[in-house]
Amino acid sequence: MNENAKARINGFFLSAAHKIGLFLAMTVICLPGLWIVLASFRPTVEIMAKPPVWIPQDLSFDAYIAMFSGVGQGGIPIIEYFRNSLIISVTSTAIALAIGMAGGYAFARFRFKAKSSIFLGLMLTRTVPGIALSLPLFFVYSKLGIIDTHFGLITAYVALNVPFTIWLIDGFFRQVPKDLAEAAQIDGCTRWQAFWQVEFPLAGPGIASAGIFAFLTSWNEFALASQLTRSVNSKTLPVGLLDYTSEFTIDWRGMCALAVIMIIPALVLTFIVQKHLVSGLTSGAVKG
Amino acid sequence: MATVSLEKLVKRYGSLEVVHGIDLEVADREFIALVGPSGCGKSTTLRMIAGLEPVSGGNLKIGGRVVNDLPPRARNLAMVFQSYALYPHMTVRENMGFSLKIAGQKPEDIAPQVEEAARTLDLTHLLDRRPSQLSGGQRQRVAMGRAIVRQPDVFLFDEPLSNLDAKLRTQMRVEIKKLHAKVQSTVIYVTHDQVEAMTLADRIVIMRDGYIEQVGTPEDVFQRPKSKFVAGFIGSPPMNLKDAEIADGQVVFANGDRLPLPARFRDRVTAGQKVTFGLRPDDLYPAGHGIHSGEDADVHRQDLRVILTEPLGNETLVFSDYAGAEWVGRMLNPRRLSPGEALPFCFDLSQAHLFDRESGRTLRG
Repeated sequence: MNENAKARINGFFLSAAHKIGLFLAMTVICLPGLWIVLASFRPTVEIMAKPPVWIPQDLSFDAYIAMFSGVGQGGIPIIEYFRNSLIISVTSTAIALAIGMAGGYAFARFRFKAKSSIFLGLMLTRTVPGIALSLPLFFVYSKLGIIDTHFGLITAYVALNVPFTIWLIDGFFRQVPKDLAEAAQIDGCTRWQAFWQVEFPLAGPGIASAGIFAFLTSWNEFALASQLTRSVNSKTLPVGLLDYTSEFTIDWRGMCALAVIMIIPALVLTFIVQKHLVSGLTSGAVKG
Repeated sequence: MATVSLEKLVKRYGSLEVVHGIDLEVADREFIALVGPSGCGKSTTLRMIAGLEPVSGGNLKIGGRVVNDLPPRARNLAMVFQSYALYPHMTVRENMGFSLKIAGQKPEDIAPQVEEAARTLDLTHLLDRRPSQLSGGQRQRVAMGRAIVRQPDVFLFDEPLSNLDAKLRTQMRVEIKKLHAKVQSTVIYVTHDQVEAMTLADRIVIMRDGYIEQVGTPEDVFQRPKSKFVAGFIGSPPMNLKDAEIADGQVVFANGDRLPLPARFRDRVTAGQKVTFGLRPDDLYPAGHGIHSGEDADVHRQDLRVILTEPLGNETLVFSDYAGAEWVGRMLNPRRLSPGEALPFCFDLSQAHLFDRESGRTLRG
């Protein structure tokens, strides 16, 4: 066998191994999600069966029907939870993005005293585990009387998300050459116009990714929300999952159905924003 | 169309002063080149004129109006950046029309102006492309197009050709010259390439360490450099500059080799004075292979040994050894030379320069 044939066969096996590896990795990532979707359609007996029933025998929409049947008939106040989740996530994301853009721009473009210490300080706030904050936050919030309000959770999530959005957006503004904003100013823009006309569109992908992350953090957050919410006034979907646990039983099927309801908007949002996440938009701006 | 005046213009970053009170008058429609090595303050000066750097002291006038504190948009100028700074999310058409859009003009008024500029620069077929789809030379032209469309009082160029390859640079240099002839506006052009400055500018400003060393026409700065620095900076290959002393009416080099004192410096130097002797490569040539501009009496003949040659086709640069140092000469109508060969050379002393070694200033009147 000559060298070329050997190399060709080697290449074939390597690419096959590569694909098998990828398939295994994707399985590990996707299987739990798939299992949740499946479990939401299966009766509890099948979910709890040992050994597990791999191929579903009996699929139904019962859990979803029950969920929307109203309190007292196996349902939960899902509309209210959904509304709360949406209001809190969207508002906190919008605020975190606004602050993140201002902060990220400042860190990327301006020189000021103690810049790196401030930046480090912001990042350090992320090292504190969220759950460790829940008790102090609870005390503060109860004194302020903002337990069980949208405002309370929004404030907490903004604080949680701002360091991250600043960090991410700072990186994207750094990639936008300074010359562009200067060229825009010479072309007649005010600094403000130069930002919105030139720098903002170019940092768009970064701002969009920061937005997705901030939204998902708020949308999925459980630990703080479970402490700071009480009733349908402010309970979010993740906290709503607890409605399926009672003293002696856990309704796994119902819980999985609610989880599916939670995943759908997050997936849809990610798909919508994803196409804006085109990187390399700045190529061609300056030499190269 | 406008004049630009710098009056004692100063730029400070904190306590560090980088431009030290420079004075310059740029006439209406004049093409001025600011040249100098990196860090000489030329780009900073240009950015102050553009309004991108605040002025720390002195006055900056455009068209007679003091503009020290006006933002860039109030100065009516256009700038071509070294990096071109094209807006990557806009097409060429949008890039060129951007300033007009910002000025509030209607799309139907913008279109003909953009198309006119595109015709001038041969960009018509590229109008709907994005900058990322253009070559370096095309981007350069778009950057110029964006500047023309504004019809500014003053054009500023910040090393616009330094990202292009040598051939394209020569081509764009010609285009810039044609453009200036056509639009007839005041141009301030920053470059570190003295060839660009010489070929393009009406007057050249040579800067060094935040000071202006000399302002003059290309002939001025080439033939009558006011300092050793200008002499060494302008001209390619650079002038031969060798330290020497005046003794017995002669120029005596460190190793004792001597050259006659050029006639026009006879009354300007004293015995024992420490000087720097300067001679351009054009004025040092193998006998019969150069043109001397003065009297025959001013030509000093001397046998030199060739160290190295650089044939350029129409001429050859000859590196030879004299007075313990390397001298560059230029050989017209060249013949092949071999290293080590000894040749009679002519030193055209009517074109020689003498500088005070301490101050670096010329000793010529």
